[in-house]
Amino acid sequence: MLRKLIHNRIVRRVASMIGTLLGVAVFVFIMLRAIPGDQITAGLGTEAAALSPAQQEALQRYYGLDQPLFTQFFSWLGNLFTGNLGYSARAQQSVLDLTLRSLPVTFELAVLSIILALLIGIPLGMLAASKPDSGRDAFGQFVSLAGLSVPAFLLATTLLSVFASSFGFNPNGQGYATLAGDPLLNLRQMLMPAIVLGFGIAAPILRTTRTAVLEIRSDDFVRTARAKGVPARRLQTKHVLGNALVPIVTMTGLQFGYLLGGAVVVEQIFSVPGIGRQVLLGIQQKEYAVVQSTVLVIALTFVIVNLLTDLLYRVIDPRVRAS
Amino acid sequence: MWQRSRLTRGALLAIGVATAASSVLTGCSSPATQAPKPGASGGTGGALVVGVTSDPDTLFPWKATQFQAVNVLQNIYGTLTEFDKDLNTVPGLAKSWETSKDGRTLNFTLRDGVTFSDGSAFDSKDVKYSLDKIKDEATAAVAAASLASVTSVDAPDPQTVVLHLSAPDAALPSNLAVVNMAMLSSDDTEASLNTTPDGTGPFVLKNRVASQSLTLVKNDKYWGDKPKLGSIEFRVIPDESSIVSAMQSGNVQLAVFDDPLVAKTAAAAQLNVAKTPQLSYHVLQLNGRRGDLTDLNVRLAVQCAIDRKQVLDTAALGEGTVTGPITAPAFKSNPDQRPCPARDLAKAAEYLGKAGKSAGVKIKTIVSQGEYSTSVNEAQSLKAQLAEAKINLDLEVLESGAYVDRWVAGDFDAAVALNGGRPDPDGMYNRYFTSTGNLNKVTGYSSPELDKLFAAGKASTDQHERKAIYDKVSVELENNAPWIWLFTSYAYTATTSQVQGFIPMANASLQYLRTTAVN
Repeated sequence: MLRKLIHNRIVRRVASMIGTLLGVAVFVFIMLRAIPGDQITAGLGTEAAALSPAQQEALQRYYGLDQPLFTQFFSWLGNLFTGNLGYSARAQQSVLDLTLRSLPVTFELAVLSIILALLIGIPLGMLAASKPDSGRDAFGQFVSLAGLSVPAFLLATTLLSVFASSFGFNPNGQGYATLAGDPLLNLRQMLMPAIVLGFGIAAPILRTTRTAVLEIRSDDFVRTARAKGVPARRLQTKHVLGNALVPIVTMTGLQFGYLLGGAVVVEQIFSVPGIGRQVLLGIQQKEYAVVQSTVLVIALTFVIVNLLTDLLYRVIDPRVRAS
Repeated sequence: MWQRSRLTRGALLAIGVATAASSVLTGCSSPATQAPKPGASGGTGGALVVGVTSDPDTLFPWKATQFQAVNVLQNIYGTLTEFDKDLNTVPGLAKSWETSKDGRTLNFTLRDGVTFSDGSAFDSKDVKYSLDKIKDEATAAVAAASLASVTSVDAPDPQTVVLHLSAPDAALPSNLAVVNMAMLSSDDTEASLNTTPDGTGPFVLKNRVASQSLTLVKNDKYWGDKPKLGSIEFRVIPDESSIVSAMQSGNVQLAVFDDPLVAKTAAAAQLNVAKTPQLSYHVLQLNGRRGDLTDLNVRLAVQCAIDRKQVLDTAALGEGTVTGPITAPAFKSNPDQRPCPARDLAKAAEYLGKAGKSAGVKIKTIVSQGEYSTSVNEAQSLKAQLAEAKINLDLEVLESGAYVDRWVAGDFDAAVALNGGRPDPDGMYNRYFTSTGNLNKVTGYSSPELDKLFAAGKASTDQHERKAIYDKVSVELENNAPWIWLFTSYAYTATTSQVQGFIPMANASLQYLRTTAVN
């Protein structure tokens, strides 16, 4: 019975997920303590040198830094199970509240960026693959090279300043609007960051699409289908693209996961209050609970996205289902 | 051929969808609809949006050291004394004060009819509570040391407060003017004030969304001239160039920058940019307890080998002024009164020779990256200049947290720093350069002569006499070169044409938001 349970793929998968998350928790906890400084020096700067020993003690008690590391770790971990992710003294809010506000923002930005990336990457990838070493292939390669090599911060700053100065268009200069509160303003505020991120992510998707399409096109079944008179459009979408989807989905899933924590530079430039910025502020202020819990939430989301990607394989590829 | 037609159509479709989506999104906006409507909300003087790179890290005034926190809180809280635009100490919540003949008693008479924003009355009980609490080490208030001379506080009647001092302290009235000395209600606690500030200042907190914005509204019960603005929103835009963009599109009307490059961008974007010389100063701090730097001759050699103007020109686009130790306008040091007013390599070699170090010395120097824009450039300029005098600066460029950690521990030979200045020279340097100063463990230099001078400066209330004393302090500091003072820079206040009446100050304070209007 137990052996059967261990061999169950789902149980194994969940166990490895928990193991990953625990590893992330321990790693982040240790890293945070290893970097110099604490919440006291982060808040006071060099003024911290002027504190008397009694003041030092009072502040360490206030921030919970007087507890042994072991206690700090397990009380934080224990609290997680009760839904208490900790408290941010800077924001005067629970980390759960902060995360409930910032995670949907990043999630929305990630979804929009991925949509844009797919809209750019897949058609251009297919276009490039349609005639290797031709002009259109070179164009595809050029776009993907640009996407990979133009730094996001450069593109972001340029877009923002050109649109603000030339057209007076700068929705991001207004206070952030939530999707529920003011959907139109929210979408306008997401437009430029999504373009910047989407352009960067389009590159690997474009390359993956090109390679996968080239590979599938030379397969026997495509020739057979064509010989059987399958219309060109159907051949392209159902037979070629359908079979090329697995690597594209893998790449998209990876990029989506990356966006959850990696969009921070773009979030900074466009004042998007996402989860990346929450981690960054936490690190700057050395708010341990904020960083630990937020990174864990990001890791959890990443793991879930990975799981969903795997499930998606089963939907798009009957061979996976069969195995 | 089949591939071509199909793919082109697909690609076109995608591009079409993207273009349509973006034109729907952009088409809905025009500059007119994005700009806030000044005057539309919040009362007569309109609504001002101030662009800031970060929101306050605390709302508790006694613990606030972060620039953004201080700027917000000084608009919410009141202090016994205040600074005017020229940094003279003027009445605040105390309408007057008097020092006894022996200088050991300070009598404050409080203003009538002052209330906290929760409606409760402000009186001497609150002053006594506040000063006692700030002094109490368990509070961990950052200004506790400024009250070191205060032995007790009495409140004989609601309008009178008496401070008993262990020794005369001429710097005390000026030390009481900072927001770290804010007067709090004796009914409030740190925990409650962290979320709901309750001050006597010109504005009241209305709303805060952490890391996004903080909005103040006019305090109708404010004791002084009523603010002209109905509301002020401090809007967090983490990137300085994005703030400039937000000002260009009319979303933000005021911002303060310290990076001369950003200020240039703002000026190029047709914004009004006012530059104000600052009290803060750029300095190479030497640790007088470490290695070769214990020798005065080595420190003087460093001083003589530096062309300060060149550091200023190469690292900070020439935006600043070469300075001596004291930067406060009323006590300003003469930068030419130092062993080598101009770079003198021969003299530097001579000093090194006297120290028996003609072959050269090595100085491990910490530099903070990201704390302020010019740090690394300054360090490199200093390194290049000093190398010509056989003084090798071994630069360690550190992330700001690591830098602070090393600095606090005094673990450096030299540190490139931007230090905050204060309007009173006693508050500025007593803590660094007297033998009992609470930062002397980091500077590692004091002398009986300096102890005597600082004590004399505190004992005298005569402005001329104090100026003469602090001139001597300056000379003493320069002659012993515990630090190498380099230059002061500017703060750049960028405003749109709608903003009127804002007065920038040398301590970078935003207190004159109370006289500002937006039309």
